[in-house]
Order: sequence, then structure tokens, then C-alpha cells
Amino acid sequence: MKYLDEYRDQNLAEKLVQEIQRTITRPWVLMEVCGGQTHSIVKYGLDHLLPNEVELVHGPGCPVCVTSLEMIDKALAIAARPDVIFCSFGDMLRVPGSHVDLLILKSQGADVRVVYSPIDCLKIARANPDKKVVFFAIGFETTAPANAMSVWQAKQQGVKNFSILVSHVLVPPSIACILQSPLNRVQAFLGPGHVCTVMGYREYEPIAARFRVPIVITGFEPLDLLEGILMALRQLEQGRAAVENQYSRVVKREGNRIAVELVDKVFDVCDRKWRGVGSIPKSGYKLRGEFHDHDAERLFDVKEIDTKEPDICISGLVLKGVKKPHDCPAFGKQCTPEHPLGATMVSAEGACAAYYTYGRHLHSQERQPPPAHATETVLP
Amino acid sequence: MCLAIPGKVLEIQQDPQGVRMGKTNFGGIVKQVCLEYTPDVQCGDYVLVHVGFALSKVDEEEAERTYRILEEMKQLGELETPDMNSSPSANNGDSS
Repeated sequence: MKYLDEYRDQNLAEKLVQEIQRTITRPWVLMEVCGGQTHSIVKYGLDHLLPNEVELVHGPGCPVCVTSLEMIDKALAIAARPDVIFCSFGDMLRVPGSHVDLLILKSQGADVRVVYSPIDCLKIARANPDKKVVFFAIGFETTAPANAMSVWQAKQQGVKNFSILVSHVLVPPSIACILQSPLNRVQAFLGPGHVCTVMGYREYEPIAARFRVPIVITGFEPLDLLEGILMALRQLEQGRAAVENQYSRVVKREGNRIAVELVDKVFDVCDRKWRGVGSIPKSGYKLRGEFHDHDAERLFDVKEIDTKEPDICISGLVLKGVKKPHDCPAFGKQCTPEHPLGATMVSAEGACAAYYTYGRHLHSQERQPPPAHATETVLP
Repeated sequence: MCLAIPGKVLEIQQDPQGVRMGKTNFGGIVKQVCLEYTPDVQCGDYVLVHVGFALSKVDEEEAERTYRILEEMKQLGELETPDMNSSPSANNGDSS
């Protein structure tokens, strides 16, 4: 087993689709939470293999997409300083701020560097003692252990010129926010497999019970996704609403306790503003007080920032699963991966970029919309 | 962003700061991975890696159990449709 190719078998995928067809008796709306899942679904055309009664809507689980414009503008203000080396994951470089992006700043002479891991920044900080090295710590729970470890090690090893600009977001509050919305159409979730590798899935159990919604923790390969969809549909058809684990080869109910312990030592839960969605209570992480010396938001006095979003962009509604990318009048026209208007077009995992990359802008009517009553279905 | 990839741990050692690291093979590309969050991992194990950190050991038994269920589904289906492609699974001698 290599744990990749085995889960991309076309014949098995066809059998799973047949089983899905046999299982359903009515239309259902499912949301895959994670942007990586959205990318796989569109890349392999899984949504086109499914019966018309099964509609997939795409969730908010792309941290690049949901990082607030204020935070991106703060990052840009810090990165523009001559005494700073600003480090980031590569996919943040082209996310548009109100006026520029990190790549434009770099072309204007700012020292902006792409790193593979936040730990790499510690090496950069040691090699450049006269500079302030700042890492843009974005991400969901999956990335929190890596970001927490970078700060923890910086403190332990006395790397004083390293700080992080924290814009962490958490999945469970965003799911609850979607379910509470009067616009909600989602009847079951494919849960985020890698978030749950870290956190486990206990915290999803009260959500499934409270909202009577099935949540199936699902992997990222085509067979994982199809099996997750099948498991969710079986629950819906049987009137059940439980948390189930499709991705059992890496996800355990309790998650990775060692990682969660360090994350809890370094970070504290806080309210967080999501781009396109707004503020969600207790939906993010901030650094705890003992790590203030490594908190870029405190170290750099960034003035009040006046943000400006393009009026035409509907990325907020796309992130909440209310609209699809091709519902936007700018999609594939004014807004493309080369000239993105909103964050869902910038990140490869954003729903708009995935639709564009795999040619959905060329033939947006490739699939019949689900019957109108699909949107009125309520959970049994 | 939450992409995590399985890789095989080839060698385990400590870096100069005393951090437990593993040389890990991702389909031919070898990278250093932090193993601090997976203390039970040994050479030869597969780990799931995100931004340079092993987050979990891949549970071989669970992986095979899941795959076996899927395979059984396929074999049942083969009674209905002839299969023209061989399975990529190494432990499956089925080439019908």
C-alpha cells in the first residue's frame, strides 16, 4: 500500500457511484467543508459522476480564502517595512489586499519569502539577527501544530527576532454558523479529514446532535470522497444524524493529543473575522499572553486599516455554500486566477479557482440543476 | 492548504536543536519531517505530513480494511459488468 493510488481506482469509483444511485430515493444537498476536498471533487469531476439528486455545495474550508482583508492589509503593511523579512506559504502571495498583494510588494523590493514550513523561518531568523522575521500564520486546525511549534521553539531557543501574524480559523464554529443561517441548504457534511487528524472529531458530535445533521469525516482521494458521500446519504435516507469516520486510516476520535496539547499551550480561542462571512464568535486562535514577544500584531503598530472589497465579487456567498462560482457575473470574465477579484479565485483550493482551472467556465450548463424542491427538503 | 501527504519514514535522527526529525520519502522526493507529534513512529512507517510535520501515523490495518470493503464492492459489481482494467492494488492478483 502507498495510500494514494489505491484510492484513485476508476472501477471502484464507478461501483461506489452505482451504490449511491441505489441508496437515494430523493434529492439531497451535501457540503464538503474543506477546500482540498473541493479541489479533488472538481479535478476528478466527481460531482458530474453523481446522480442529479445529489448536489454538492462547497464549504468555507480554505484558509487562504477566508483570511480577512484587514489581516491581509496588516500583513502587507508589515511586509513593506525595510527591517522585516516577511515569510509566508506560497498561496498567500497573490491574495489581493485593498491595494496590492505580497507579490507586488516583493517586486517593489520588499523581502518577502515563501517557506514550506514555519519552522524554516527560525533558520532565517538565526541567519539574519539584524532583521525582524515575521511569518504569516494562517490556517485551520491542521496547520496549528506547525505554527504553534515554531513559536514554542523560538521561545525555548531564544530566537527573539521571530514573530507570527496569527490569522487562525476553526472549523466547528463555521459549520454551526452555516447551519444557523436562514439561507442554509446543507443537509449533511463531509467533515475535514486533516483538521480531524489533529483535533479528532468529538467536537463535531454535539453539532450533529443539535442540528440533526450527519457529519462524515472524509479523506481527499476520489474513493474517500465517494465513500464519504455514500455514508452521508445512507444516514440521510435512514433518518440518522451521527458523526462517522470514513478516513479511519489516519483519523482517530481523540485526534493527536500531543499536537493538541501544544496548540493549547500556545494559542487561545478568540473571535475571528472571516472574509466574505463576517465575525464568528470563538472561531479563531490568538497567541497566549506568554508568547506576546512573538506576536507580530503587538510588535508592529499597524494603523487602522481602511479596507475595500470589489462590489461585484460574491465570494462570501460562495464560501457559505449559498452560490456556485458560475452564479457570479464576473466569474471567468473580469475575475480569473491571473486577475482575481476575490479570494476564492486566488487559492487553488478556492471554489472559483477550482471551477476555472478545470474548465467549468467554458461550459457552465454541463449539469442539470437539481429539482427545485431539493432546496426545501428538511431533515427527517 | 490543509493538504497532507503520506510518506515513508526512512531514517530518524535529532537535529542540532534536539528536535526529532525523520527523512521521509514521498514517491521519490525525500524531505526532512518533524516527528515531535508522532513519537511512536519508527523507520518504515507511513506518516501523514502537513507543512513539514507528521500529524499521524497511517494505520495500515485500517487502510487495508477500508480498501478490502471497496474491493469487495467491486468484485460483486463485476458479476454485472466485465472489468477491462487490472487493479493497481499490489496485493490483488486479479487481472481479469
